[in-house]
Amino acid sequence: MLGEGIIQGLVETARNFFGSYVEKDRLTTVQYPEERLPLPEASRVFPFLLYDGKDPDAGLRCVACQICEKECPPRCIHIEKSKDKKPDFVGKMQVYPAVFDIDVSVCMSCQICVEVCPFDAIRMDKVFELSTDNRFRKLLYTKKELSKPNEYYQKIHPLEAAETDERRAKEAEEAKAKAAAAEAAAKAKAAAAAATPPVGEASGNGAAAPAKLAETKGSPQ
Amino acid sequence: MISARSADQVFVALDHWIVGHVPAPFQTLASIVIAVAMIIVVFAALFALTTVFERKGLGRMQNRYGPNRVGPWGTFQPLADAVKSLTKEDVVPHRADHVVHYLAPLVLVGVVFLSYAVLPVGRNMIAVDLDTGVLYFFAVGAATELAVFMAGWSSHNKYSLLGAMRAIAQMISYEIPLILSSVAVIMIAGTLSTVKIVEEQARYTAGIAHWNVITPWGLAGFILFMIAATAETNRSPFDLPEGESEIIAGYFIEYSGFKFALFFLAEYIEMFAVSGLAITLFLGGWSSPVSFLAWIPSWLWFFGKLLAMIFGFIWVRGTMPRLRMDQLMNFAWKFMLPMTLIVILSAGIWRFLSPAVVGPRPLGGVIRWLVCALVIFAPYILLARKLERGHSMEKRTYRFAE
Repeated sequence: MLGEGIIQGLVETARNFFGSYVEKDRLTTVQYPEERLPLPEASRVFPFLLYDGKDPDAGLRCVACQICEKECPPRCIHIEKSKDKKPDFVGKMQVYPAVFDIDVSVCMSCQICVEVCPFDAIRMDKVFELSTDNRFRKLLYTKKELSKPNEYYQKIHPLEAAETDERRAKEAEEAKAKAAAAEAAAKAKAAAAAATPPVGEASGNGAAAPAKLAETKGSPQ
Repeated sequence: MISARSADQVFVALDHWIVGHVPAPFQTLASIVIAVAMIIVVFAALFALTTVFERKGLGRMQNRYGPNRVGPWGTFQPLADAVKSLTKEDVVPHRADHVVHYLAPLVLVGVVFLSYAVLPVGRNMIAVDLDTGVLYFFAVGAATELAVFMAGWSSHNKYSLLGAMRAIAQMISYEIPLILSSVAVIMIAGTLSTVKIVEEQARYTAGIAHWNVITPWGLAGFILFMIAATAETNRSPFDLPEGESEIIAGYFIEYSGFKFALFFLAEYIEMFAVSGLAITLFLGGWSSPVSFLAWIPSWLWFFGKLLAMIFGFIWVRGTMPRLRMDQLMNFAWKFMLPMTLIVILSAGIWRFLSPAVVGPRPLGGVIRWLVCALVIFAPYILLARKLERGHSMEKRTYRFAE
């Protein structure tokens, strides 16, 4: 009959109207600032620098190798190397970045810097509410703003962080074992040298140090 | 303690009290100014309320929240909208007819407010009790078409002209069923005065009011009147003149800022006015449906009914998609017009099937009701069958496109 469909439609909208006050799951809207959906594990917005321990200066993993700076497609990373060195997580002396800037107005969140970093020093962040009233200074993130602890990384990307931490722990373990072995070998050599009359006395320490360096360099990253 | 009678007449008494303090030569003028100011303030406030209710209601019909950011539950949204439209730039096209372009929204708003002069919003609450109230209402309502065409023509924009042409075609087509469906009421009441039409309906038999809507011709007339009124006020599903998908915004495409807000205001004010007339003609105006609720003030009844009508408009808007132009015209001339003529016929039969002809009250009343209902329902079925023939839903084949 003429008009039947109209009545069906009116019933449907009336059901929606009253139902939306009764059944909460009818309303699919997430009221954003108050309610948030959890972000997926793989979500990423702009890179940040990781540091171990409590002190961002001492624990910063970055060794200012500048690979990320060279690989960055939009060239948003700026690094200046330091003049002095500090020990890294395996105890080796490394250069660190005196200046590390990322211009997030240029960054396109491509994650290439993360993929090329051999030191697990740069990772993608998840924060996205970064709007600011100053488009020049406040969009240029300095080393201080970029440095975030490893615990933060474990919180935002738990799976990735667990994998990285495991690998790094193993590497540190291996490095320690190798150092211990090298030390033992050096000691044995020294003992042997002490037992037998000296042929070349200076070679004892001098031979151990280059060997250790070579082993560390050869370890997989 | 305030009696029901004084609560009902509180605004009338207030008006008399204020007018009594004005010097005698200016009393007429003061009374006019008060009436006009009240109409403008009350209905503009209702407009503000309706915009937020409409957006929230439509949202709920689509399982959304609707505006809920400004103030508690988004109730201050109209204020934010007003600030926004006032602060926007008022752009006038370079080639537009500046004078007419400027005048069109003003004429529209002025004209739609004029129709409130003859709406009784409560007992003794009417601006002008004209003997030809209904006629005046339609005459003023027809003047809105002029303003619409002024806007469409002066904008110097093809979409705006198309929108105006559509609006004119639609308004003229639907004005005929609008007026014809109210003719039945005028015939039965025997008067064009809105006050007398309401008083006629405010009588009670066995505690139930004599509203026109409970008679078969009144019910059919009310439905037809509301369909025509929806088209007349350019509301969905008859909002072709402003169809966004095809002609962007129709005749107000070149209006921005507060002029656009005025068009918006006029559209809603017109909707309230035509709802008010529907209430007056069919829903007993300010009278209560049953006699034991007659202690509720008459103006509360009127505005309660008006809010219910507004909800009806929002409900229909949330339900139906926009018609096509040919569907619109076919509906007006092939369905609405014959049905309104049949309603007039049924009202005539109702008038002459008095208790003297069909017998005493209970049984005679039922017979009269059924006969008049049949007079409307049988042609409706036949007409619907005729219109639906050849309109079965099939997969459409495109001869030239494939």
